[in-house]
Amino acid sequence: MSTIVCITCPRGCTINVEQVNGEWQVTGNSCKKGKEFAINEMTAPKRTICSTVKTTFADAPVLPCRVSADIPKDKIFDVMKEINKVVVSKPLDRGDVIIKDVLGLGVDVIATSNLLTQI
Amino acid sequence: MIKTCDVLVIGGGPAGLAAAISAHKEGARVVLVEREARLGGILKQCIHDGFGLVRFNEKLSGPEYAERFIDEFRELGIESKLLTFVTSLERIPEGFKATLVSRDGVEVYETKTVILATGCRERTSKQVFIHGTRPAGIFTAGTAQHFTNLLGQLPTKRCVILGSGDIGLIMARRLTLEGAEVVGVYEVKPTPSGLTRNIHQCLNDYNIPLHLSHTVTRVFGQDRLTAVEIAEVDDHMKPISGTEEIIDCDALILSVGLIPENEIAETLDVQIDPRTKGPICDAHLMTTVPGIFSCGNALHVNDLVDYVSESGETAGKYAAHFAIGTDRVPVEIHPNENILYIVPQRIDLSEDNHETVVYFRSKEVFEKATFRIVADGKTLFEKRYTFLKPPEMEKVVVDFASFNIRANTAIRAEVEVEGQ
Repeated sequence: MSTIVCITCPRGCTINVEQVNGEWQVTGNSCKKGKEFAINEMTAPKRTICSTVKTTFADAPVLPCRVSADIPKDKIFDVMKEINKVVVSKPLDRGDVIIKDVLGLGVDVIATSNLLTQI
Repeated sequence: MIKTCDVLVIGGGPAGLAAAISAHKEGARVVLVEREARLGGILKQCIHDGFGLVRFNEKLSGPEYAERFIDEFRELGIESKLLTFVTSLERIPEGFKATLVSRDGVEVYETKTVILATGCRERTSKQVFIHGTRPAGIFTAGTAQHFTNLLGQLPTKRCVILGSGDIGLIMARRLTLEGAEVVGVYEVKPTPSGLTRNIHQCLNDYNIPLHLSHTVTRVFGQDRLTAVEIAEVDDHMKPISGTEEIIDCDALILSVGLIPENEIAETLDVQIDPRTKGPICDAHLMTTVPGIFSCGNALHVNDLVDYVSESGETAGKYAAHFAIGTDRVPVEIHPNENILYIVPQRIDLSEDNHETVVYFRSKEVFEKATFRIVADGKTLFEKRYTFLKPPEMEKVVVDFASFNIRANTAIRAEVEVEGQ
């Protein structure tokens, strides 16, 4: 049996998860999302990553960004490398795509602020 | 020329934005003053996600959360004054006189009410006693966050983090993602200060060790930090001789607590609660000075921004009501020894107290505890908890109107621990 802490919400439930006859048994979770998280954590753990990309704008040298959906945990540093290659030169708005389908993961890197449209 | 308004909001972070929007919706003439060039407060640099789960049921980053409020603030056409400081606030018969300084020069506003949404400040290295030289490279976690997320400059290649507050944990992950080495997080207390989920997603995910009951005892370096000395501490948080260890690093990042900012409040003799370090407030978040309201992290340090916005809305609504005018009847709420603090500290009998939002933190980690509100011996509210942890703020909604509370009623807030 494995004990994990759910990171889905600030409640941070301690969840016990174990495989019995090919079925995942999850206890200690307070909601459906916790069960889903626990099973994912045992089979294919995923995370959201948030970072910044460089820009050519002097008043806003970096633009905050994140992945549009969770990515496999073991791809975090590969995606970071892609994010750090980008230099934004257009005044992108919040939600605009910075990198389409990053590393073929089916997930985009998107801007999380409209700060470039305000300068 | 003297300008007038009903509600003057000081601070354009999440609390001030929510307060201004809510006061405007209640029909008040609102002016919001912000010292920085952009609205959004500290959320501008909190690029990580996890904001808005309670309020929007979505996992937003700090800028996304703030911009939802900024968009609404602008759509409503509320007046804001950016790059503007409040240099003085004085009482006058009509309310308050605020002197503002900006690039336009000095301006004076007369306002019926003031909402203090000035946030909190990080405890600095000056407030944590560390021996040694005073080299560059010792930052608060918020300063490291400012460098990394707003200026795009990595402030360290190899660092030690002192204190396990949430911003320190978030920065441990952030710096690691950007290629810096975080040697470890050292916490003087035997329990972590940050949220459990942050220990897991920021430290454990990246194999960053957390050393409880450890502290930094010395720093080394002339121009720039070159190393720190770490030691284990005893039950009284005193370093244990012989446990010292020298760690080479170019930065020491401090995440050792936040303190509500109430400099302006103090100039008006607003009473401060030594437990929260914010103003003593009634359930409408009015301080002990009629017409002065407090919200967000200036009131008490919140764990989630969702609650910061919520308190801003409460303060905004009742500041707008106060501009019209009512007589208040305050009754104190007395917390017992297991409660670190409770907000509000008093309720006002002249207002509707049917659904009063109450926030509290326990003094220690308690298992199987019951939180109760008792008025003259009668229990008005009761909730059982499997766990109460000081880093995790609890929120409950209490119907104070279910009991005939009078000005002399004794209201107590209790945490009772099973077996204690």
